[in-house]
Amino acid sequence: MDMKVNKKLGLKERYNLMTRDLAWTPTYQAVKDVFPYTEYEGIKIHDWDKFEDPFRMTMDSYWKYQAEKERKLYAIIDAFTQNNGHLGVTDARYINTLKLFLTGVSPLEYMAHRGFAHVGRQYPGAGPRVACLMQSLDEIRHAQTQIHSLSNYNKHYNGFQNWRHQHDRVWYLSVPKSFFDDAVSAGPFEFIVAIGFAFEYVLTNLLFVPFISGAAYNGDMGAMAFGFSAQSDESRHMTLGLEVIKFILEQDPDNLPIVQAWLDKWFWRGYRVLTLVAMMMDYMLPKRVMSWKEAWEIYAEQNGTALFNDLARYGIKVPKGWEQACKDKDHLSHQAWNVFYNYGAAAPFHTWAPSEKDMEWLSAKYPDTFDKYYRPVWEHYAKEQAEGRRFYNGTLPMLCQVCQVPMFFTEPDDPTKIAYRESEYKGMKYHCCSDCCKHIFDNEPEKYAQSWLPVHQIYQGNCFPADVDPSKPDFNPLAEVLRWYKITQGQDNMDFADSPDKKNFEAWRAQATSN
Amino acid sequence: MSNVFIAFQKNEDSRAIVNAIVADNPTAIVSDQPAMVKIDVPGRMVIRKSTIEGEIGREFDLQEMHVHLITLSGNIDETDDEFSLTWNQ
Amino acid sequence: MQIDLRTVSITPLRQTYNHIAERLGADKPASRYIEGTMDVQANANFHYRPTWDPQHELFDPRRTRIVMQDWYALKDPRQLYYGTYTQARARMQETAEADFEFVESRGLAERFDDAARRTALDFYVPLRHVAWGANMNGAYQCAYGYGTAITQPCLYAGMDQLGIAQYLTRLGLLLGNQGDLEAGKHAWLNAPAWQGLRRLVEDTWVLKDWFELFVAQNVVQDGVLFGLAYKEVDQAISEKAGPTVSMLTRFQAEWFQDASKWVDAVIKAAASESADNQALLSQWYGQWRARVQEALAPVAQLALGEQGAQALERAVAAVDARMVKAGLTLSA
Repeated sequence: MDMKVNKKLGLKERYNLMTRDLAWTPTYQAVKDVFPYTEYEGIKIHDWDKFEDPFRMTMDSYWKYQAEKERKLYAIIDAFTQNNGHLGVTDARYINTLKLFLTGVSPLEYMAHRGFAHVGRQYPGAGPRVACLMQSLDEIRHAQTQIHSLSNYNKHYNGFQNWRHQHDRVWYLSVPKSFFDDAVSAGPFEFIVAIGFAFEYVLTNLLFVPFISGAAYNGDMGAMAFGFSAQSDESRHMTLGLEVIKFILEQDPDNLPIVQAWLDKWFWRGYRVLTLVAMMMDYMLPKRVMSWKEAWEIYAEQNGTALFNDLARYGIKVPKGWEQACKDKDHLSHQAWNVFYNYGAAAPFHTWAPSEKDMEWLSAKYPDTFDKYYRPVWEHYAKEQAEGRRFYNGTLPMLCQVCQVPMFFTEPDDPTKIAYRESEYKGMKYHCCSDCCKHIFDNEPEKYAQSWLPVHQIYQGNCFPADVDPSKPDFNPLAEVLRWYKITQGQDNMDFADSPDKKNFEAWRAQATSN
Repeated sequence: MSNVFIAFQKNEDSRAIVNAIVADNPTAIVSDQPAMVKIDVPGRMVIRKSTIEGEIGREFDLQEMHVHLITLSGNIDETDDEFSLTWNQ
Repeated sequence: MQIDLRTVSITPLRQTYNHIAERLGADKPASRYIEGTMDVQANANFHYRPTWDPQHELFDPRRTRIVMQDWYALKDPRQLYYGTYTQARARMQETAEADFEFVESRGLAERFDDAARRTALDFYVPLRHVAWGANMNGAYQCAYGYGTAITQPCLYAGMDQLGIAQYLTRLGLLLGNQGDLEAGKHAWLNAPAWQGLRRLVEDTWVLKDWFELFVAQNVVQDGVLFGLAYKEVDQAISEKAGPTVSMLTRFQAEWFQDASKWVDAVIKAAASESADNQALLSQWYGQWRARVQEALAPVAQLALGEQGAQALERAVAAVDARMVKAGLTLSA
């Protein structure tokens, strides 16, 4: 009998047999019918086998290591729940960052899951297909671990309970929703550059480090546990993003201008979504990790520079809007929180003016801008509030047609002047917050003209419950919109100072420490 | 020269991985943070299976790193025996 | 900050998320499966039409002819969400790993009967490509299906098939060597016995209706093929040469039992929804059953010789029985 001795196969060779070698070029059906979306974006791929698989993980290893992570994570979540861990956070104001997370970010994890399933089916190359499908699995992991981790907060605090309904309707939540809808509705190559590279590589640390570290600093072991656990998946995602970008650029020089344009667009769209993170870091965390400015300097300026220096050999340039984002780092969080303070009646989480101690920290972190431009605003609000006139803005903000953030952004070189840009398309006027958003609009007006802008929708009368009668004398449009949003007045919204969250947290803590 | 970096959750197993990285990368800078340890190395970091096994006292598949990994930065190359991060500059 | 909270009992404001409470009919505690599955997919106010399919919204129930009042009626009886999915598969993986290690360390592959080895390699190795095709189809269903209840398990099944393809690859390397993988691929691409099946797989790749694809792939193809491969052929080889190959395909046999529970529940729920659904599902079942039976006939013969035809009939009959139980009507 033959005793064939198998030459020991290396990792790369073995992985090839476990993935690429499984695939073949169809002959009974046309390749273009099996993979119908690969050409319309103009990207040219000559040899899919040149794709270098990052993290050559077979399914058996995937199940093994991911199951271990899940076991550990749920053990922590269970312990945290059983121990009333939520009472161990620094201050109930912290919990509002989690509301922002569940309503704004968790639904995007689910969109990523479906988006990666889509591109994981549509790429002809076996290597990228497998990596994308593993990412699709990871993303539903993130969506579900977040829904599960935050479930216990939902039981005790207000503003979590209608996350699905609100993500699809509420005015600031269309910022993240439209971001991902934009990516998934784009072609498969744009999707991977947008999400795999621009979001998961260039910008990811700016989303996750603040939230996770914020959780750690504020005693939230539950969120911290899912954060760290998710991040290990993110490393695989980051390497996929970086590898894909290099692969596309190496395949054909004609791909460079297309990829650069996508990088410009998606850096900017991603940066605009991070507005919410900036204000979270500087204004919502009772115990702060670092300022938005500091995070930008480490994770964007330093890390980004290393990255773009590495990619310069392909002809890639730093994205358009980079310079403006760097200039804005001294202003972004303050301007954003001001808007949310204004519209605190219309959001299902609480807002508040920074205390004197908070302002000391802000002053120290923003020596060039805080005392000059923003402290006077907060002191004014605090005074009004102390005199029983806590300010709530009764009108609705104009939203940027592209990023859908309220148009509060100021000119890059003049923080006292709101930036307005305009474009015309098919006889209609569209408004944008910046040169970059306008540029994005002008490139694809037929796309952005479709946007479901929450404020426009309200004014068009599309955001009232079915039983509303606008002809009634006591008709209160904003109140009816809140009902349609499923925001319970006086419970989910308004200032933290008067909130049930604050009362409950204090009462429960007292229960725990006295007799 | 820019740094590559890798960050792990702080636990028993990752302690051994960190020790191994420090042993194999003389210019490594270790940064201890709440629940996380980050290691920066200028230009190139190499992580060796055999060194980890020496530290941890058992067989170790490099892919097991995934269980503890938080984030990383740099171009990856992996074989059965080594995992490296590099910036080409 | 540590607080001693040993005996504090706090009354929660609510038991679960509002959309979950609405589905449960009351605010009561919900399982992780329910919280992580029900209504998780967006269903309103999409911002842009997909440039790759402008006729539909990003998620659109019209991508299939099956009609459901509530797509979340297609719940998975196994209640698999990501956590329970990976843990269930990790347990199976541990067993499979031990089995492969057992066979390898005791030299069972070397000592295996040569004729049985040849049959096993000729039959099982090309199936790694069928599994790859199934992986692609699972991705399709997840991408274009409607509602997390059905799209989630479709992806899990697709990734399971990738795992199966990888186990079959290892079977090839253990019983044989890289040359056998090459030969298996060559047969898949060129040998007459395999072309019917390959054509079938490629035809599934261009199906537009994701629910029809579910019937073609998850019901019919998996149903008949797994019955043939991991029951009939497995038994025949074991009887001749002992359980070595059974150990190397145990994952597939157990997976099939698990997946069938889910598949049957989906068909049952969709068929009981309406006469139209029942008729459409029955029609699809009939069409794909005929095709699969035809495609697998030479493959069954390759493995079982004259016994192949009857073995295939038994495998088909088993799926028929499941589908009748699930409410479908078999065509004459």
